[in-house]
Amino acid sequence: MAVLQMQRISICALKENRKQILELLQQEGVVELDMDMEEDEVFRKSDTISSRGIFEKNAATLDHALEILQTYVPEKKGMLSSLEGKTPVDYDSYSNIVEKQEAVMAQAHRLTSLAKEIAENKANILKRQNQIEALEPWKNLDVPMNFAGTKKATAFVGTISSVMTQEQIHEGIVQADPKLDAFDVNVISEDKDQTYVCILCGVKDAPALEEALRGIGFARPAQTGGMIPRERQERLEQKIAVLEQKNEELEKEIAGYENTREDLRLASDYYRTRASKYEVLGKLLQSKKTFVLNGYVPTRAAAGLEKKLNENFTLSVEISEVPEEDEAPILLQNNTFSASFEGVAASFGLPGKGEIDPTTIMSFFYFFFFGLMLSDAAYGLIVTVACFIVLKKFPNMELGMKKSIRMFMYCGISTLFWGIMFGGYFGDIVNVVTRLYFGNEVTVPALWFVPLNDPMKLLIWSMGFGLIHLFVGLGMKGYMLIRDKKYLDFFCDVVLWFVFLIGLLMLLIPSSLFASIAQMTIVFPPFLNLLAKVFAIGGAVGICLMSGRDNKNWGLRIALGAYDLYNTTGWLSDVLSYSRLLALGLATGVIASVVNQMGSMIGQGVIGTILFIIIFIFGHTLNLAINLLGAYVHTNRLQFVEFFGKFYEGGGHEFTPFTTNTKYVNIKEEIKL
Amino acid sequence: MILQNLGIVYALLGAALAVFLAGSGSAIGVGIAGRAAAGVVTEDPSKFAKVLIMQLLPGTQGIYGLLVGFITLSKVGLLGGGAAELDVQTGLLILSACLPIAVAGLISAIAQGKTAAASIGIVAKKPEQFGKAMLFPAMVETYAILALLISILAVSAIQV
Repeated sequence: MAVLQMQRISICALKENRKQILELLQQEGVVELDMDMEEDEVFRKSDTISSRGIFEKNAATLDHALEILQTYVPEKKGMLSSLEGKTPVDYDSYSNIVEKQEAVMAQAHRLTSLAKEIAENKANILKRQNQIEALEPWKNLDVPMNFAGTKKATAFVGTISSVMTQEQIHEGIVQADPKLDAFDVNVISEDKDQTYVCILCGVKDAPALEEALRGIGFARPAQTGGMIPRERQERLEQKIAVLEQKNEELEKEIAGYENTREDLRLASDYYRTRASKYEVLGKLLQSKKTFVLNGYVPTRAAAGLEKKLNENFTLSVEISEVPEEDEAPILLQNNTFSASFEGVAASFGLPGKGEIDPTTIMSFFYFFFFGLMLSDAAYGLIVTVACFIVLKKFPNMELGMKKSIRMFMYCGISTLFWGIMFGGYFGDIVNVVTRLYFGNEVTVPALWFVPLNDPMKLLIWSMGFGLIHLFVGLGMKGYMLIRDKKYLDFFCDVVLWFVFLIGLLMLLIPSSLFASIAQMTIVFPPFLNLLAKVFAIGGAVGICLMSGRDNKNWGLRIALGAYDLYNTTGWLSDVLSYSRLLALGLATGVIASVVNQMGSMIGQGVIGTILFIIIFIFGHTLNLAINLLGAYVHTNRLQFVEFFGKFYEGGGHEFTPFTTNTKYVNIKEEIKL
Repeated sequence: MILQNLGIVYALLGAALAVFLAGSGSAIGVGIAGRAAAGVVTEDPSKFAKVLIMQLLPGTQGIYGLLVGFITLSKVGLLGGGAAELDVQTGLLILSACLPIAVAGLISAIAQGKTAAASIGIVAKKPEQFGKAMLFPAMVETYAILALLISILAVSAIQV
């Protein structure tokens, strides 16, 4: 249970070594660099944007090449592939890629140009297909589109902008110019708004006919050509076939690059890492011969790093405590069990300045409450086994994901435990099956009691657990105050509240109100009753007097104290909030029973059994999913609102070390600090 | 004579109210959140899982309603065949016991749906704040849980 101690590190070294030093730091991945330093006359920052740009562009090209590969030769991926994480790669094959980088880049460029060529060919194919389509209406024309006629005859090939039959065209022409009679109208085809025609006439009639045709909306086609349409279509089709053939070859060539995928990934990560190195390089303060850099390093890694730096370079490393006014980055350190719950605490906020890491304490309550809310042995077993399999199957999973899944695995164990305590196995599946198929109902007895039969009992217990949770929270606050040597605050804000609340509790327990809820009467000996009164009144008076102690004005001070006393209602609502432990636990059990009941209603027979199984699988999957979500959300809420509300604010920032910036592979193990 | 036999009808009415009011509330709430979720997924499909969880949050009231409805039905013996003989007073008691989750479920689910939609906005812009975003709709749900608690306690306390 700890926030890892940080130290400040300052390195001053020769400029000629700067790249190697940064590489070492990057490889070690234990330093968070603090780059907000001002330039002055001696120390200046150098401009590395252009070289950084080249690396970023290379990385982008490689990513693009990988996308191309993925399009043409898709890699087979399972449903859970997102859990796989980065492939681990040893440092040798990574340095190998450095030597091969030009060849790999050439491959990437080739892939990009191949893809570009394919795209161009596809565009050409599309263009030709459009041309073929445009020629479709002219298919029956057996002269070229630009056919003007012979020596003696003139031809008009074109469209008329309305649908007309041969006779109508004939009539139209004669109406426009009654003198015309020697001409021949051929309708080639028609569609819904045009008629495609070829009209022949003697050379001398041509001007008059053209005039007449214009009157009925004749126009020459936009697309002409010296070929007979049908032949031209065939020619286009051949061209398309050639292009398609070519594309197939290109795709084959792309497929041939399938094995380079690993190299492309490595190289992409290599450039990305270099780009991030240059980014840091651009922020370094450099003089003519030297440079300086500052940062944070976890104390336990500091000595090793210092030694490594001194062994390899001529430089000065200074490691010092983090100054008071600085806010060190936060890295949590917990045992395997508690570390699984770090994600929950981090999603609320990492410990702020001077706060302790709440993860350890929280993890036990989280484990406890989660199981209590889900409380079904079979569900717990399913969750545990499923998480265990996933963890075994994907060892390279991203660390955060791994922790979450491990957390659910532990929560599954807790669910199993509570399920056995409350006798829930898929709700009441044992009862239903034995009743339906064997005639006599068998009940698996609950180790403790069945909540549905005695909800008041579980309600009292839930609130009791809640009270312990809240008291521990208040205790944590006390611990922090003592650690900071604020004894007066500890007494006024923690001890007095404890006294007051315990006094109230002791007054409540023997009362008739409690007896009616808990259905049992507890009688305290008289001295305890007296003690309760002393505690409650003493606590209340103490809080009233001391809460507003920062104020000199006594009237105001007491008024503030009285207002603070009003927080008792806050405690009441906090405790009531734990009734969700009961409500959600009941919900799981009751819905499971509904599913079983529905399944069993159909009857025994073969069909009945099959339907029962279908309803069982579907219903319980749904119930498990919904209640898993509910338990997760509400356990979080109990931690965040009720528990953290007592002592924890968060607001620290995460330790983000300068390290190899990769997307596909993991060059070394996750940092072990 | 008829009036005296209405007990079971009131009890069933209670169960029906619990299921259909809380269920309608959840349907509206999940619908509101779903619209926001769909918008986020069009921009960034990788957030699907996160926004789906957010969308589901207002769905629990419907389940609580179902739960109370089911307990009521099994209480009055309508599930196992052979309904219990209920007098009017017991019937009305059961009806009243069902009201908290029916009404609080309806209203809180709608409110929670709106909050969930707003939280989906957080996830869209700052996915790393998922934990906090989830908390806002969960705050609304508290009141549905309190109502559920009273409904369950009341229904199971009534002697049939």
